[in-house]
Amino acid sequence: MEDTKTIFTRPTALKETVTHYCPGCTHGVIHRLVAEVLDELDLRERTLGVAPVGCSVFAYNYINTDFLEAPHGRAPALATGFKRLRPDMIVFTYQGDGDLASIGMGEIVHSANRGEKFTVIFVNNGIYGMTGGQMAPTTLEGQVTTTSPRGRNVADVGMPIRVCELLASLATPAYLERVAVHTPQNIIRAKRAVRKAFTCQVENRCFSLVEFLSTCPTNWGLTPAESKKWVEERTMKYFPLGCYKDPDKEVKG
Amino acid sequence: MPKILMKGNEAIAEAALRAGATNYFCYPITPQTEVAEYLARRMPEVGGVFLQAESEVAVGNILFGAAATGKRVFTSSSSPGISLMQEAISYIAGAQLPCVIVNIMRGGPGLGGILPAQSDYFQAVKGGGHGDYRLLVLAPSSIQEAVDLTMLSFYLADKYRNPVMVIGDGMIGQMMEPVEFPENYKEPPLPPKDWACTGAKDREPHIIKSLFLDPIALEENSLILHRKYEQMKTEEVRCELYKTSPKNKILIVSYGTMARICQTAIDELEAEGISVGLFRPISLFPYPEKELYTEVVRKNIEKVLVIEMSIGQMVEDVERIVKGARPIQFFGRTGGVVPSPEEAKEQIKLLLKKETIAKPRKKKKA
Repeated sequence: MEDTKTIFTRPTALKETVTHYCPGCTHGVIHRLVAEVLDELDLRERTLGVAPVGCSVFAYNYINTDFLEAPHGRAPALATGFKRLRPDMIVFTYQGDGDLASIGMGEIVHSANRGEKFTVIFVNNGIYGMTGGQMAPTTLEGQVTTTSPRGRNVADVGMPIRVCELLASLATPAYLERVAVHTPQNIIRAKRAVRKAFTCQVENRCFSLVEFLSTCPTNWGLTPAESKKWVEERTMKYFPLGCYKDPDKEVKG
Repeated sequence: MPKILMKGNEAIAEAALRAGATNYFCYPITPQTEVAEYLARRMPEVGGVFLQAESEVAVGNILFGAAATGKRVFTSSSSPGISLMQEAISYIAGAQLPCVIVNIMRGGPGLGGILPAQSDYFQAVKGGGHGDYRLLVLAPSSIQEAVDLTMLSFYLADKYRNPVMVIGDGMIGQMMEPVEFPENYKEPPLPPKDWACTGAKDREPHIIKSLFLDPIALEENSLILHRKYEQMKTEEVRCELYKTSPKNKILIVSYGTMARICQTAIDELEAEGISVGLFRPISLFPYPEKELYTEVVRKNIEKVLVIEMSIGQMVEDVERIVKGARPIQFFGRTGGVVPSPEEAKEQIKLLLKKETIAKPRKKKKA
């Protein structure tokens, strides 16, 4: 088999283990994209990850870098403290939508506005996964959760928060992009965004964030295939994909 | 080095810097804001990091992240701000990271006031956040002692990989006194910080966390912390005796600024021919239990008088330690009211009147 060559392997930044994520959940894909980029940019050995509270608290069991485990929503504060003292290292937070857009809204907005030089991997599945499917600030209008059993009533709790758009109103952040991972084509685009975000940090640019539209088949009460359809037909309608802040355009403009 | 006249808050800031904390994270709050203002000027001179964050919730967690680098880190605040940091303090203790937190206490509860108080004793000493953890708590009663204890606190934080709190009241923060900084400051050797996050190069990743879903593993983590606190109880007890004498009938127990005021009262009573002694705990956790008990059960001591700038907090520890061996009287002012030496003298004189001493009232049977 001399003409056989390896074209696909596990990134060294990903540990060889089985994850605890549910079937059809896209955390695994997103973990892999982060790991691939850390390998490709040769950053793994000088990277610190900050894990959130939520399903991905165990990101440190899968991503093969030094890790801190933050209190709920505070990952950007931990990342700030660490990166300020170790500007030579690469720092990223990995946060869900309850973590980042609800309890941690203060920390993310101020970290972005200070232009903290770390990268945020923001995973938005519109629901609290680990605690069993409660309403999140990103839950869609009418979406049923255990704490919105008749569907999200926006007259009562307001419209879902669009994080990229909100942060794009700040002058300081360098790079904000929303991506999806429910099709191979979108995964390829998402990887480009992750690479760009970490490259921004390597180049010492201010604050980069990639928002992933993710799935939660278990708590959405859908099959993995139906969940992908939900992302395409529902989530992406309210949370449009695209780049909300581009450092290169900013330089030109 | 010659003595210089410094405000407590500024002296604490300079002490931290000289102990090797070349970074500081803060949110403004009276009466400790001068720490921040001083370091905003001073940090750039030493190439350090100064950052004013959006809240004390953020500051506590920035401190958490910074501590994971293995560098010496600290913050300061006052009572309501310290309440907001309790989340991070609990996590930092659970994750076994060293850091120093200075609390320049003001009156509470709630927004309270901005004047000196000692009403955060319970919060500092009994574990203000959730879980089985303790802070090592040091209480200075002069600006010089605030300098010395602040410098020491960084060593102790590193030694135990645990948060250390220096607790002073607003008087310690705002008062000016001559201070001297040690020349060629040296510490006993410390173990290498092989737990710090420095990048997983040629080693397995370091994961700093406080989540243990397995109850046996979580219990084990709590026992590791517990063993450290037991070690503190044997190695880190600090206290001072002032004019204790075998002929004294009354022992005063007081700490921080209040102990200073009691010393004045004691000196003035001495001039009147009345001899009274003072027991001053310097470490509030670990509390100098044996040392206090030894002084309390001396032959002639008839009563113990606890004086605090609170409605009565440390007195519960004194009661716990004395275990009924002597009657305990409490006097306190709170909300920012600082008892005068005259008030302290009056309390002592009241106790010395024979009819007020001893003899607990008999309870009538119903």
